[in-house]
Order: sequence, then C-alpha cells, then structure tokens
Amino acid sequence: MEKVTHAPHDHYDAEASKIGMWLFIFTELLLFGILFVIYSVYRYLNHDAFHLAAAELDTFTGAVNTLILLVSSMTIAMSVTALQKNNKPLTLLLNGITFVIGVVFLVNKYFEWGAKFDHGIFPGSATLAETLSQGEILFFGLYFIMTGLHALHIIIGLVFIAVVMWKVARGKVHAGRSALLENSGLYWHLVDIIWIFLFPLFYLIV
Amino acid sequence: MQSTNAVNQANYLEYRGRFKGLFGWIFSTDHKRIGLLYLYSMAVMFSVGVLLGLAMKLELLAPGKTIMDAQDYNATFTVHGVIMIFMVVVPGLPAVFGNFLLPIMIGAKDVAFPKLNLLSWWFYVAGVFLVLAALLFGPGTPDTGWTFYAPYSFKTGTNMLPAIFGAFILGFSSILTGLNFLVTIHRMRCPGLKWSKLSLFVWTLYGTAWIQLLATPVVGITLVLVALERLFGVGIFDPALGGDPILYQHLFWIYSHPAVYIMILPAMGAISEIIPTFSQKHIFGYKAIIASTMAIAFVGYLVWGHHMFTAGMSGTAQYYFSLLTFLVAIPSAIKVFNWISTMYKGSINIQTPFYWAISFIFVFMIGGLSGLVLGALAANIYVHDTAFVVGHFHYIVFGGTGFAFFAAIHYWFPKIFGRMYDKAWANIGWIVFTIGFLTLYSPMFYLGMMGMPRRYYDYLEEFHGGNILSTFGSWILATGFIIIIVNLVRSARRGEKAEMNPWKGKTLEWTVPSPPPVENFDEIPEIAEDDGPYNY
Repeated sequence: MEKVTHAPHDHYDAEASKIGMWLFIFTELLLFGILFVIYSVYRYLNHDAFHLAAAELDTFTGAVNTLILLVSSMTIAMSVTALQKNNKPLTLLLNGITFVIGVVFLVNKYFEWGAKFDHGIFPGSATLAETLSQGEILFFGLYFIMTGLHALHIIIGLVFIAVVMWKVARGKVHAGRSALLENSGLYWHLVDIIWIFLFPLFYLIV
Repeated sequence: MQSTNAVNQANYLEYRGRFKGLFGWIFSTDHKRIGLLYLYSMAVMFSVGVLLGLAMKLELLAPGKTIMDAQDYNATFTVHGVIMIFMVVVPGLPAVFGNFLLPIMIGAKDVAFPKLNLLSWWFYVAGVFLVLAALLFGPGTPDTGWTFYAPYSFKTGTNMLPAIFGAFILGFSSILTGLNFLVTIHRMRCPGLKWSKLSLFVWTLYGTAWIQLLATPVVGITLVLVALERLFGVGIFDPALGGDPILYQHLFWIYSHPAVYIMILPAMGAISEIIPTFSQKHIFGYKAIIASTMAIAFVGYLVWGHHMFTAGMSGTAQYYFSLLTFLVAIPSAIKVFNWISTMYKGSINIQTPFYWAISFIFVFMIGGLSGLVLGALAANIYVHDTAFVVGHFHYIVFGGTGFAFFAAIHYWFPKIFGRMYDKAWANIGWIVFTIGFLTLYSPMFYLGMMGMPRRYYDYLEEFHGGNILSTFGSWILATGFIIIIVNLVRSARRGEKAEMNPWKGKTLEWTVPSPPPVENFDEIPEIAEDDGPYNY
C-alpha cells in the first residue's frame, strides 16, 4: 500500500460548490444583518443625533466609492462570461480591473478615515467623549465598525480574486471548471450589495 | 474501477496515504479520520471540563472557602462553561459521529468538501489553543461566565480577548461543518436514496446544520463587538457611551438558545437510530420525527427571550417568549412518544447502547419538564439564577447530549474501531455513571427551590445537606466516567474483532466492513424502491 497515488476524494461538482458559496453568503448576510439591526435600534433611539452626525460624512467620496464598486461588479460578471467563451486574456483583464477598483476603493476609504481621525473622530478619542452627544458617539462607533468590517471583506475579496486570477493564468480554472471564478464573483457581489445598503444609511439619510 | 478496489483493500485505520504517523491523521481529508480527530480532541477537553466541574463541587462541599476563593471559583465556572459548551457539546455528535457516519449513511465516499472539513478541525484546534492561552497567560483567567455578559466582559481586568476570539473561531469551525453537511446531504445521496428514505440521524444532522449556519454568525458578530468594545470603546454595549447592555443579551441568546438545539437534535437522531435497532422494529412515526426535528429547529429560533425574563423586557414580549417556549416542548414530547412506541411489541435486545438510550429518555424528560417550570413566567421569577437552573441545564445538556453521546459511542464503537468492547464493564460503567449523574444534579432542583443562588462559591448553612449529596454524586459520576473510558480505550486496542453488523442494524453503515475501508463502498450502493433504513 506504499505507492498508492490515487487521490481518494478527487471529484468536481460545480453545483455543490455554488450551493456551498450561497450558504456561506447567508452567514455573511446574517453577520451584517445583525449590525443593521443594531443600527436601526440606535437610530430609532437617537434620531436627531444620527442626523447631526451623518452630516459630517463626505457624501462625494461615498458616492464615488459606490459608483466604482458597481462598475467592479459589472467587470467581474463580464469576466465569468469571458471565461465561458474561453477568452483567457480578457478574463484576466476584467478580473484585473475588478482588483484595481477594489484597491482604489480602499485608498478612498483610507483618506476618508484619515480625515475623521485628524478631526479627532475615532472610537475612544477624547474629542468624541467631550464634544459629542451619546447618539453621535454611537453613530461614529457604528460607522467605523460597519465600514471597517466591510473594508475587511473587500480585502478578503481581493485575495480571493487574486487567487482565482492565478489559477486562471495557470489553466486550473477554465471554461469547463469555472465554479471558483463564479464563486469569487458571488462573493464580490455580496460585498457590493452590503455597500449599497451602507452608503444610504450612513451618507445619504442626513 | 481497479484503483478504487486497490485503495479499499485497507481499512481507514491502516491506510497509508501521502503521510505517515501523526501527519497521516492531521493532514487527512478522510471524513472518518477527521471524525476521530474530533473524538480525541473533544475527549481531552471533556476530561479537563470534568476536572473543573469536580473542583467546583469540591468547593461547594462545605460553606465558606473549601479549596478556592471567590475569584478562583468565578474563573473555574467560566472555563468549565466555555470548554463544555463551545468545545464539547456544540461540536458534539455532528463533529464526531456526523463526520464519521453521514457519508456512509447516504452512500457517499466522503463529504462534499473534504478539505474544508479538515480546515474545520484545524479551526477547532486553533480556537481551543486560543482559549487555553487566555487561561495560562495574561492578567488573569476570564471570570465572566461562559455567557460573556456586557458590560462586565469589557470592564473586567482578566484576559478576555483570547477567550472571545477563541469562541469566535470555534463558531467559524461549527459554521463550516454545518455548511459542509448541508451540501453533502443535498448533493451526494446515492441513487434511490430519496429524502423520505434518509435515516433519522441524517435528518437531525440536516436540521442541526441549518441552525449552525443561521445562528452562529449572530454570536460571531456579537463577540467581535465585545472585543471592539474592549479594544477601542466603540460604545455599542457601553451604557456610559449610550449603548445598551441588554442588547448584548438579546444578541447573545439569539444564537445561544438555538445552540441548545444544535446540541440536542443530533442526540435525538442518535437515539432514533439506537431504539429501532435494539427493538428490531420499524421506527414508530418516521415522518413525525422528521417534522418535529424541523419544528424544533424553527421554533427554537424564536424563544431566546426566556433567558431574560428578569432582565427588563415588555410584558407582551414576555408572554410571547413564554408561549413559544411551551410550544417547543411539543415536538420534543412527540419524539419521546415515538421512541417509547417503537419499543412496544418489539423484540428488545438489551445491550449497553440500549441502556444508555432509555436512560437518555428518562433524564431528558426530567430536564424537559423542569424546563417548563422555567418557561412559566411566574415560576421563572422565583427560581431565576438559582441552582434549579443549573440542575435543569445539566439534565438537558449533559443528560441529553452527554447520555446520547455515550449511547452513540457504544453503538457505533464496533463500526468505528472494528472491535467490540467488554460488555459487562460497559454496563457497570453505565449504571455507576447514571447513579452518579442523578445524585449530582437532582439535589440542585431542591436547592434551587429553597433559594440557593448559582455561581457563588459560598452558601448558607441550611443548604449544606443537599450540597454534600451533590458533591458525593460528582465523585460517583467521575468513577463511572473512568470505568467507561478505560473500557473503551482498552477495547479499541485489544477487544475481540467485531462483525460487520453486530446489532443487526438496517442503516447503510452496517453494510460495510468494520472498520470501513478507505472509500467506504466498493461500489456506490443503490437503494431499491421498497428498501428503507428501518425495514425489519
């Protein structure tokens, strides 16, 4: 029995991996869902303070980020079609665009957060405790938690896309075996749709 | 299919793949080996938990300080709870018997994602080490209780962060196992195995997997929030910053009540396998058991508020939570009715697993009925946070899941290890353990009714008698546990060889050799129209 090279568990089931991804997306939705519940509870309790604090956020940067994230969802969806048509260079190009947009999103986020930090608005800061009401502190607490967790998901999505690109380049993901690329697309859409809810709740309802 | 048969000449215990020795186990994606990895790691953690429990009972032997002071007692019950809940009963039967049996019971070679399955175990181990790190290093052992209630969990000076992150990672491990099982059951059933022909253990794993998937993320994010509260002071649960600690309790119990059903459903599934086998009779009310499983999984989501009747909640909410809590008792009672009816006019073969199964029904009923006392609003106020709650909880979780686990290990032991245990010693272990269990936890009901609060290292003189009895019971229980473990460990190495089907069971795992070959089946079985898991 020393030389058995047979891999006992080598089977490919695209349907199974997609079901698995959808189930995982359920768990992510619940994770953020609870945060949205907390948001709505505290918004209800601190109505005026949330209005006041939301005015501090930079709607323009938020809108730009929304726009480019939507574009990136389009490009990753197109990359799936490109792979199905066996067009490897185009798949890689579209994935590359998605990746770059994700990085741009994070850069915008960095400057946005940086500006808040410069004004002394961050959890646990003295300015926050001294000058703002409890409702405003909660608003910014939720803002940093939810956009921070979302940014973390963007980073995970970027790693996912990078791995898939590497596998596409090496021919391990191809038209006949595309579930991994489709799953990375699903995940990226999830990250996108969460932002679609974050953006109006924090930036637009002023 | 030459190669398949070549692989299958070795059983999974002897098979040698890419790695030898220990690496052949911790890098194995074989669902059977992963099941055993869980079994061994959980056995170690369970033993640690038992030792901590014994220490607590020893402290309560007499009023005042016996062996430890208040702070140490707080730390001990916290660690006992965290270990027993997050590392033993939540992974529980699905991680061990689910992993080992699910693919075989549905006629598959493995789970849908074998690598993810191994990753789940690694996450489990990582979580265990993180929690243990919280005990050994840093400013002090966590002392919040396993519930990590805010605001104390971010105010206490003890080493909470590793414990919280450890619990988070253990939750992640649980989610991945649930996800894997769901996809496996949907996609990998062998030809002819319709949903209406699945064995009941598989059905309960299915219900459990949904709870794992849909409830665990809630506690995950809640623990993250507590950690962020500790690290940065974000204010979500901090009343000083406008947050609400009661909200923590809601979020915590939205997971942790369904978690009780994560623990008990697979236990009920194992009992539903054992009773028909030892009665040699078709299970009574197959569809009723499935329906009640799904009903428990669903209604179990909506009852979390009954943990918080005294925490501050509107009267209307209390009525609903109390009503729904009573509703959950109905499907549980249906199952008990079905098990008892299965035995009626069966040809009963009294063996160790059957003893465990019927004692499971006994303790589970006491646990369940005492749960109704707690679910009733007025009675709840009276016994809230007393030893009564501890008694109820241990009757359900230890008496339920624990007894079912021992029933399951004695039932599937010959299949897993290919050897039979010493039946006489197994029976002795069972009776000693059961007597110890009843002696340990029954006095708690009385003590609670008399008003002894839980989670104190000290008590008034009038509670002395009951506590002596309870501590005495803990020693009997530990003796029984040692007998069981020694017998099983010894038999796994030196027991006589077991047959393929020693109990004359009808489910698919009894159609493969003991221990099963690497790929379970030489040929994927086909289930005929009139075949079924309980056709005796």
